Parts: sequence; C-alpha cells; structure tokens
Amino acid sequence: MNKPVIEMRGVNKWYGTYHALRNVNFTVSKGDKIVICGPSGSGKSTLIRTLNWLESHQEGEITVDGIRLHEKMKDIDKVRMEVGMVFQHFNLFPHLSVLENLMAAPMWVRGVAEAEARETAMKYLERVRIPEQADKFPGQLSGGQQQRVAIARSLCMNPKVMLFDEPTSALDPEMVSEVLDTMVELAQDGMTMVCVTHEMGFAKAVADRVIFMDAGEIIEENDPVQFFENPQSERTRTFLSQILQH
Amino acid sequence: MLYADTVVSDPLVHKPKVIAAMLAAAAVFFTVLNLNGTVFGELMRPVIGEPAEAGYYGQFAIGVVLALLFTLNVVVIGFLKFRLQVVIVWLQLLCLFLAFFYGFNLDFEFIRKKVWFMVSQGVFTTLYVSAISIALASVLAIIGAVAKLSSNGFAYAIASFYTSFFRGLPLLMQVYLIYLGLPQLGYVIDAVPAGILALTLCYGAYMTEIFRAGIQSIPKGQWEASRSLGFKFGLTMRRIILPQSLPLIIPPTGNQFIAMLKDSSLVSVIGVWELMFLARTLGNKTFQHMEMLITAALIYWMLSMCLELIQGRIERHFRTKSH
Ligand SMILES: Nc1ncnc2c1ncn2[C@@H]1O[C@H](COP(=O)(O)OP(=O)(O)OP(=O)(O)O)[C@@H](O)[C@H]1O
Ligand SMILES: [Mg+2]
Repeated sequence: MNKPVIEMRGVNKWYGTYHALRNVNFTVSKGDKIVICGPSGSGKSTLIRTLNWLESHQEGEITVDGIRLHEKMKDIDKVRMEVGMVFQHFNLFPHLSVLENLMAAPMWVRGVAEAEARETAMKYLERVRIPEQADKFPGQLSGGQQQRVAIARSLCMNPKVMLFDEPTSALDPEMVSEVLDTMVELAQDGMTMVCVTHEMGFAKAVADRVIFMDAGEIIEENDPVQFFENPQSERTRTFLSQILQH
Repeated sequence: MLYADTVVSDPLVHKPKVIAAMLAAAAVFFTVLNLNGTVFGELMRPVIGEPAEAGYYGQFAIGVVLALLFTLNVVVIGFLKFRLQVVIVWLQLLCLFLAFFYGFNLDFEFIRKKVWFMVSQGVFTTLYVSAISIALASVLAIIGAVAKLSSNGFAYAIASFYTSFFRGLPLLMQVYLIYLGLPQLGYVIDAVPAGILALTLCYGAYMTEIFRAGIQSIPKGQWEASRSLGFKFGLTMRRIILPQSLPLIIPPTGNQFIAMLKDSSLVSVIGVWELMFLARTLGNKTFQHMEMLITAALIYWMLSMCLELIQGRIERHFRTKSH
C-alpha cells in the first residue's frame, strides 16, 4: 500500500461564521491524479488552498508528506517547498525575467548554485516548450505562455505534488489546450496532481478519481468512467448536465 | 504626459479671440501698473516726452507697447516645438526673476566674497544632514510600514503612535524638543545629531505612510505565489514585494527629499552651520541681509533642481525596466 502524500480527515473550515468546508475526507497517494469540480462558491479553491495552508482549517487533520499542518507549526515552508501550486491568474513575478522567475525559488529557498538553477530552469522551460522566451518579462508573454511558465516555476522546486486551481479559466479558448497538453504530459510522467478544473476532457483523459463538491461538502468521489456515465447523486447529475450542455 | 489625442487642434495662443483677449488684458495690466517712472518710461521718451509729466497718456502708451511685445512673444513661441517652447519659457521666466532680484540693488562684491564659504560650509552641511536623514528615515519607514501592516498589536500600536505623533507636531518644535528636551533627561546631544534625529523621525513618519501604501498596492497573488514556493516573510518582502513597490515609492520619496532639503533649514535655529544659518549670520554685521538670503535662496533652488533631475532619471530607469 502506497503511503499517502496528502490526507484530509474530518476537515472543517469557517470564514468567520461562514462554513466553507464541511467534514472533508480524502486521500491522495503517490502518483494519483485527482480532479475536483463543482459549482462556483462550492469551496474548491478553499479546499486546495488548505493543502499548502495558504488557508488555515479549524477542525480535523491535514497531513501533507507526513507532516501534520497546524497553527503552531514551525516550518510550514518545508511543506510548501514540496507542494507546487499553480494559480488561476499565474501570479508570476513581473519584475523578474522568465528565467529569474524559475531560478528564484531553487536559489533563494533551496540554496542551489546559480549555474545549476539555470540549467534546471532551462530544462523545464524546454519541457513546457518555451525556451526561447527565457529572457522576456512575464508582461510580454501571452496568457497561455505565462501559465506554462508558472507551471515550470513550480516544477523547478521538484515538488512531490502539484496543485492546480483552475489553471485554464483565465485563458482565451485557443490557449487552453497548450496548457492542458502540458498538464497531460506532466501526468504521464507520473506527477501526483490535484486539479480544480472544469475541463472534463482533461478529467476523462488523466484523472484517477473525480471529486464533486457542493456547498463545502464532497458529494461524490468516483473514477471518471463511473463519475460521468453513472453519477450517484442528483446534484452531480444536475451539475454535469449544466457544464456538458455547451 | 496626459493621454495625447490623435487629432491636433490649433494651439490655444493662435486663436484670434485668445490673442485679442490676451492683448487687452496685458494692456490693462501694464497700464494700471503705471510704469512711467521706470526704465520703460525712459525708453519711451521719444513718444511720450518727459516721463514724469506724461500722466495717463504715458501710462497707456507704455501699457500698449508692452502688451504688444508680450503678445507677439507668446504667439511666436506658440509656433515652436514642445522642447524649444519649454526651454525658452523657462529662460524668460528665469530672467524675470533675476531682474526682480537685480532690482534690489545688491552688493555683488559682498556676495562674491562670501559665496564660496556659503557653498563649502553651508551647502556641504545641508547636503549631508539631509542625505543622512533621508537614508535613516527610509530605514525607519520600512520598519514602520511593516509594523503598521502587521497583525501584532504592539507593533501596530507603536508604529501608529509614532506616525501620529511625529506627523502631528511642527518640525520646528521637534527640533527644539530634541535639542533642549533630551539634555533635561541627562543626554546632552550636539546640534548636528539633534537635527538629524529630528529630521529622521519626522520624515520617517511621513515616509512610513508612503511605504505602507506602496507595499499594500502589490496584489495578494504575489504573496501567495511566494509563500507557496516556500519563501519566508523577509525574503518575500525583500525580493518580491519591495522591488515591485519601488516604482511607486520613489516619486513621493524624491518629493520628500526635496522637502527635507529645505526643511533642514529649521535646524539652523539650534546653531547648525548649514545654508540658512550662514545666510542669516553672514550678512548680520554689515546689515546686508538681502544679499545673503537671495544667494541662499538661489542655492537651495539649484540643489532642488539637481534632485529633480536625479529623481527623473531614477523614475525613467524603473519605467524602462518593467515593460
Ligand atoms: N477570504 C474569504 N473570506 C470570506 N469568505 C470567503 C473567503 N474566500 C472564500 N470565501 C467564501 O467561501 C466560499 C467558497 O469559496 P471558494 O473560493 O473556495 O469557491 P470555489 O469553489 O473556488 O468557487 P469558484 O469556482 O468561483 O472559484 C464562497 O462562498 C466564498 O464566498
Ligand atoms: Mg475558485
């Protein structure tokens, strides 16, 4: 049995009085690809952001890479180094060149030497197929290119798991596929991934499990075939019919 | 520059109505000034006869001639390119000011004798007091800004008390309080350190607010990206947040530096030999106050212009660097 990379048990979270996560349980093992979907405001971002503790939770247990996340922990950075995160709006560092964006974390956080960091950065830029953009600034790239740089930036830290929060929903349609292709390749290389996305094609192609959330709860968790062919809950069926319509 | 439209209209000063209005207004203005007794009266002697006896006719004649010259000048400048316009208008205004000072009948020999001492002693002191103060104030401002944004009650309370107090008292009073007050507590302090301390504390308070606004203007996503890569707070601040807020922080900081250059004249009251102190004392013996004050004024002005130029350079540097 694989040791879980991420484990959530009975997690509850409140924003003030608003109950954002309700009794969430799930496990991610090494190599798992998990897709989370659900209507807007259902708590998908909240869930994925508690995994590297950009948001704190109040009840239950979250364990990442064997470390329990809690308020008093000394070294949340140890966990965050091992967990890559890709945001909807890329959040590249606009004052650094693409290459510097990629080299920053390995050099400043891991203490990697500059030459080695540069080599790693170029390797991942080639993997996301934009090595020629290395010396540009983020503001000079298209949305799709920026998001691929953001993915490469996370990969440079050699993370054990990658989190994606709607990585394609701020992109123009013709750029969605270039980012999805990158993600599919990443999945084929065996990366452990948790993705919030409404790209159902991606879910069918790579997901081991699909999780459907509504109102802060996990309503249904299933393998993609079952999930799409034979949804168990009424709410899942409604949701699927809505997003598959167009 | 403001947003420049693609459609170019005639310059304002070439519209007949505007020219006519300008001419009329200038004529009235110069007539009312009554310049019969000045050089202009002398120059117009062939037309108006003895200036002292020319009366309203002389006044009006001089007014019309000056108005014509003025309007012609404006219209001609209106034909030139932007840069040339700027240079010429600057020079003309400068000449007006210098003529104004010239009219005081200053003793230039006296100025020539003293000016070197004023520059070597006064400018030097003014510059180093201001430069040290602005540098220390920047450090204070970063600490103050971080404290004001922190969730630590102590830090917030101390920082907000500090900015409130030092922005709330006149700088002159702070200078006195530090120079005269600290010895009461048993710390005798020299004039120069007292001056630097007062300027630092006061400007640090203003600049705290500038830095806070600069830091707050950086989107939350930059913090989230940094933290999710494992950056600690200090690293994020130093490498990600501050570099991005610099372009926002530098213009108002340059402004503060120029203000401080002149506010440093307040420390002359406690006997620091900076520019203002020398301006007040050098002319004392011979009652030649105006000479020294005007010299000091021009020196302050030139220093400020240098700073403006430097500020412009730095701003351009940051603008070209990102995008
Ligand atoms: N910082 C916050 N403070 C208070 N409430 C919040 C905060 N962040 C999110 N919420 C609330 O929590 C709920 C879940 O938000 P979340 O961003 O996780 O939704 P989501 O499923 O990611 O939605 P979307 O698909 O629109 O991104 C929403 O109702 C939102 O209003
Ligand atoms: Mg979301």
